[in-house]
Amino acid sequence: MVFTKVETSRRDVLALAGIAGLAALLAPRMSFADVAAVDAEIKKLYGDKKFESGKIKLDVPEIAENGLVVPVNVEVESPMTDADYVKAVHVFADGNPLPGIVSYKFTPACGKAAASTRMRLAQTQNIICIAEMSDGKLYSTKASVKVTIGGCGG
Amino acid sequence: MISRREFLQATAAASALTIGGGLGPIGRVAAQQRLTQADILKFDPLGTLTLLHITDIHAQLMPLHFREPSVNLGVGEVKGKPPHLTDAEFRNYFHIATGSPDAFALTADDFVALARNYGRMGGMDRIATLVEAVRAERGADKVLLLDGGDAWQGSWTSLQTKGQDMIDVMTALKLDAMTGHWEFTYGADRVKQVADSAPFAFLAQNVRDNEWQEPVFEARKMFERGGVKVAVIGQALPRTAVANPRWMFPKWEFGIREEDMQKQIDDARAEGAEVVVLLSHNGFDVDRKLAGRVKGLDVILTAHTHDAMPGLIKVGDTVLVASGSHGKFVSRLDIAVKDRKVADIRFKLMPVFADAIKPDPAMAQLVDKLRAPYAQDLARIVGKTDSLLYRRGNFNGTFDDLICDAMLKQRDTEIALSPGFRWGGTLLPDENITWEAITNATAITYPNCYRTEMTGEQLKNVLEDIADNIFHPDPYFQGGGDMVRTGGMGYAIDVSKEMGTRISNMTHLKTGKPIEASKKYTVSGWASINQNTEGPPIWEVLSKHVAQAGPVKIDPNSAVKVSGA
Repeated sequence: MVFTKVETSRRDVLALAGIAGLAALLAPRMSFADVAAVDAEIKKLYGDKKFESGKIKLDVPEIAENGLVVPVNVEVESPMTDADYVKAVHVFADGNPLPGIVSYKFTPACGKAAASTRMRLAQTQNIICIAEMSDGKLYSTKASVKVTIGGCGG
Repeated sequence: MISRREFLQATAAASALTIGGGLGPIGRVAAQQRLTQADILKFDPLGTLTLLHITDIHAQLMPLHFREPSVNLGVGEVKGKPPHLTDAEFRNYFHIATGSPDAFALTADDFVALARNYGRMGGMDRIATLVEAVRAERGADKVLLLDGGDAWQGSWTSLQTKGQDMIDVMTALKLDAMTGHWEFTYGADRVKQVADSAPFAFLAQNVRDNEWQEPVFEARKMFERGGVKVAVIGQALPRTAVANPRWMFPKWEFGIREEDMQKQIDDARAEGAEVVVLLSHNGFDVDRKLAGRVKGLDVILTAHTHDAMPGLIKVGDTVLVASGSHGKFVSRLDIAVKDRKVADIRFKLMPVFADAIKPDPAMAQLVDKLRAPYAQDLARIVGKTDSLLYRRGNFNGTFDDLICDAMLKQRDTEIALSPGFRWGGTLLPDENITWEAITNATAITYPNCYRTEMTGEQLKNVLEDIADNIFHPDPYFQGGGDMVRTGGMGYAIDVSKEMGTRISNMTHLKTGKPIEASKKYTVSGWASINQNTEGPPIWEVLSKHVAQAGPVKIDPNSAVKVSGA
């Protein structure tokens, strides 16, 4: 039988009691973005223009299985014709060290405005997605993703 | 919102068993005479299709005691709604007489006295008797037998055989389909191997390969029973990769996947399904929410949260069934189909009273054979208990208090953390604590009991995080299980508050001093989901403590102060 006395490193602590994975819980003093930082980024792109709701389908898990690689799928409703298409889609996170996740540019030749990637999330936070249409209209939506230490499943 | 009106008290439900009541101790023999196999099976048949549902058996081959929770709080919209009712509130809601067999099977107060009257519940040989009796009554071609998962884990024999004992039993029981959760803790290869070779279907629409998002398992299967086409869709625990060690199945992703679920339902209907059943391991509250958001499910057979209810809960056109755990119940649903649609459903939660049901000889023989190689170990007496030892309850259970005491002493730490698992048998006062009893509460594939140091702040964050896993008002953000058990430390919790603000007044019990955020404390625990956790297996820690400490006596636990419920 091995009774190991372990010095607690950050990694050990992450492992406790079915306790793992929540980097944010124990992250060294790191500054995280917040809602204001995301707003500032959006303002840089679009100034004070108004956003409408709808059109965007943002698919993220309610609870991240692995905060290091959280799937994010975005699809924007559009005919994607020369007269009416999605120009750009931006994804932000309000609780990461940097607010920007990814930006996509589309053309009518894309056929549909859909994209998938994986993002790293440091803690439970909101994912904000905005879409710019060819007529200048802007849409936005957001969803919360929980990053948990897990364990203890019944 | 589920109103009382929407709750269907099934015609043949509890009524067959709610005889007498309030009688006080009546003696074992009387209880047995009053309760017969015929009573348990009594059912006014309907239509041409019967579903039988068993779930969360946790590898209990033999009858056992399992005390239901006395604290089982609901939050948000489900506050005070079934299954979040206990004891008198539960009995009032379901019209169950105090002291009746149903009261014993479904509620927690007066457990010891009732347990001595009514005896143990469950046992795969008794379940086999009920299943075969229903097949004989209805005709086997009308009956579909479904298991909701958590079948292969929870005992020493299942751990030693990687679930093979239960797989053999389920094969002998002629199971039609199952889904999974703890099954995954035997590792991806093992689950895949069984899913690919077993005579029953392993269904899970919500498990994907994380590279290409390809389905790992068959999502659904169409059966024809009693001339009715029945589609069964499987749903594994959506939070498996969060609740259990992800490194055991590193290439798999789970999740609820509502849209995919809708597609499965629509495809099943397009293929001619007249009845669509979800064989789910979501947990009751998640299934209740799901039922209001997808269209076309006739029945959800719920699991995971170990709720047992002697009536159906209806959400829109979907009925939800909660069949309990540890083999204590078999649910029967008779379904009448008219014009290719469900016309009527009749339900009964059959309690598996081991003393009232004649064991199926073939299954009894198989169980004996499966246990034989381990029989000597299982029977070994490690110690004795003077107190009732049980696990269920949102914040603590006496069996977990014992495990925490064992860790505090054997690993010499100030604080102990024990996972809020909902499985594990109950021991009555004056019972011996056998190796079987010890492993029924601890048999997992990641048992190492670690010893480390944590700051008060880290401990607070751990409690907050796990509390949110149980008390998040949106069930889709919950993970199941109960609150982590703490040894050596008390705290207050307001379950109505938000993440990060529920926990207060953390106290180091030995000194009576507040837990300081920046101070380091020695901490022991087990069931870490991290790979390469070091330390002896928890059953070694526990058995050493039980052997050394003399008869176990657990004082009432007042270390956790709950508010906001």
